[in-house]
Amino acid sequence: MNENNIAVKVEGLTRTFGDFTAVERISFSVSRGEIYGFLGPNGAGKSTTIKMLCGLLLPTGGNGTVGGFDIVKESEKIKKTIGYMSQKFSLYDDLSVEENITFFSGMYGVTGKNKKERKEWVLEMSGLKDKRAVITKTLPGGIKQRLALGCALLHEPPVIFLDEPTSGVDPVSRRNFWSLIYEMAKGGTTVFVTTHYMDEAEHCDRLALIYRGKIIAEGTPTELKVQYMSRYVLEIETDRTFEALEVLNRSGFETALFGSLLHAVVDDTKTAVPEIEKELEKADIKVIRIDKIMPSLEDVFVTLIESA
Amino acid sequence: MKFPRIRAIAKKELIQIRRDPLSLAMAFLMPVMLLFIFGYAITLDVNNLKTVVCDLDKSMLSRELAAQFGKSDYFTIIDRVHSYGEIDGYLDRGEALVAISIPRDFSENIKRGRPAELQVIVDGSDSNTATIALGYISAVTGLFSEKIAVRQSPPLIETRVRVWFNEELESRNYIIPGLIAVIMSVIAALLTSLTVAREWERGTMEQLISTPVKTQEFILGKLMPYFLIGFIDMLISVLLAVFLFDVPMKGSLFLLAGLSSLFLFGGLSLGMLISIVAKSQLVASQIAMVATFLPAFLLSGFMYAIPNMPKPLQVITYAIPARYFVSILKDIFLKGNALHMLLFETSLLGLFALVVFAIANKKFKKRIE
Ligand SMILES: Nc1ncnc2c1ncn2[C@@H]1O[C@H](COP(=O)(O)OP(=O)(O)O)[C@@H](O)[C@H]1O
Ligand SMILES: [Mg+2]
Repeated sequence: MNENNIAVKVEGLTRTFGDFTAVERISFSVSRGEIYGFLGPNGAGKSTTIKMLCGLLLPTGGNGTVGGFDIVKESEKIKKTIGYMSQKFSLYDDLSVEENITFFSGMYGVTGKNKKERKEWVLEMSGLKDKRAVITKTLPGGIKQRLALGCALLHEPPVIFLDEPTSGVDPVSRRNFWSLIYEMAKGGTTVFVTTHYMDEAEHCDRLALIYRGKIIAEGTPTELKVQYMSRYVLEIETDRTFEALEVLNRSGFETALFGSLLHAVVDDTKTAVPEIEKELEKADIKVIRIDKIMPSLEDVFVTLIESA
Repeated sequence: MKFPRIRAIAKKELIQIRRDPLSLAMAFLMPVMLLFIFGYAITLDVNNLKTVVCDLDKSMLSRELAAQFGKSDYFTIIDRVHSYGEIDGYLDRGEALVAISIPRDFSENIKRGRPAELQVIVDGSDSNTATIALGYISAVTGLFSEKIAVRQSPPLIETRVRVWFNEELESRNYIIPGLIAVIMSVIAALLTSLTVAREWERGTMEQLISTPVKTQEFILGKLMPYFLIGFIDMLISVLLAVFLFDVPMKGSLFLLAGLSSLFLFGGLSLGMLISIVAKSQLVASQIAMVATFLPAFLLSGFMYAIPNMPKPLQVITYAIPARYFVSILKDIFLKGNALHMLLFETSLLGLFALVVFAIANKKFKKRIE
């Protein structure tokens, strides 16, 4: 990878709070224009990492650069080149939409003609063109998130950090949000995004799985699935899902519920499929179909955590 | 440092203050309330002063004099006693504020054309009332002298006055300017004590410190709207002093405005520093209250004269900006002093402001701890 082409690079980054290690010796790098995902459950250390990258929190070990600037010594330079959207909504609730935009334009030093253009752009992308005078507190969650993203993008930063931008947002808004992220990346912006939604991680160019402060796997979504799943996943559709789940678990298959379907993780499909059919038949459950499928990231995650 | 950024912060802060009617009302009502409470506590209406009379003379004349007091609206005679020693009890228990003692030879002296003495004791713990009471006493005795003796030319009755509890007997004119200094010390620190802590508590600070805003821009921008409020508070206080409490304003209003601004800058910076360090609104406001009220009240020279304090306390008073502001206000109000006579106070006030502002800048970190 060309050094000039690297937006974020960290080595052995560590952060402890007292005796507790929230982030432990993580290393990775993100290329320019990439959507890099940080996937992990609550408390894994995602926010702690992102705050260190944005120059908001000092690491207790390791080092890193963002846009070529050192995250410890040049944090104020980093702040000029990034946009940060924190996990908790952190615009001013008691200000109107437009007042928030104007304020952050001021903070980012967006001036002149550009200022008006960028304001209109944010109003447009957040769908708040006719609601510019509305007090931010009264907006629905999804819209607030878009406004927060817009405000973090006012100065058109080359690198943006989004900390769980879609948590607590309805599925339609989530999809819209991701199309915005795609758009940014297409325009050459580097996007570093954390999430605990497995399905969202699929949207990333590359991702790191983080668990208890450590990166347990890294790669493109496909690489992760191929590389880390040595076993196979069977998708099973029956006429009585819950009873089928019980039957299969009782007869020793690692089975889990996936919506109205079942996923069973097996070592060998050739022997497993007839066996499953036999067990279900014995219980008088009708099998509609059994397919071998590509494992989801969730399957990968579960497998990795079990072996971790 | 970029001015547009300072302006953006000031503007945002002003909008937030405006949208919070409760704190806005507090900000403007506080000086009025405090000035009323403390101001009126020392300028109570001086009607019906409870008075005890000790008539040792027991003559026609002495009874007439006592009746003269009783007839006026200013005094209400609550009791008559027959020995000097009984007076103490009434004053100590607070049952009477004034005691008038007519000596044994009172009427004898008047008859012989000698000056007659009248002894008056006033509870001076409320100095303003005491001052006014003394004025009334002179008026009543003067009237009495005229009435009974047209023959004698020198005043017939000489009032010997002793003030208990507050021998210097400062008048309201002295107290109100000092009180303004004390009140403004507290208000200035309280005004800014919430502003930074609130951003931490509401979570808005995280976004703010991720932007390229500089510490000085942030602090200056935040100070501005509170400076405006503090200045208006000061204006309200001065207007109340002049028009409600009738304190004369002999000095220059411009000088008053200039030095008040300097004082405000220091006081507001102190509140800001407290807010930065405390990170919690509740804690910050409590610290601001304690850190300003007690020193300003007790160690500024407002309550107790600084030269009479123990040496170590005297040294401490140099670090208390209210000390300089109390004397600045008294001097401008009552003596009409010009700037060159207030150089010492002005420079130390300026020094205090600069030091506190610098510490606030140093303490503010654009990081999460
Ligand atoms: N300031 C702090 N003090 C102590 N512990 C903290 C602090 N911040 C985060 N942690 C702990 O560090 C761990 C990781 O937190 P975080 O990075 O917020 O996780 P995530 O964002 O992945 O949900 C959690 O267990 C959290 O309780
Ligand atoms: Mg988090």
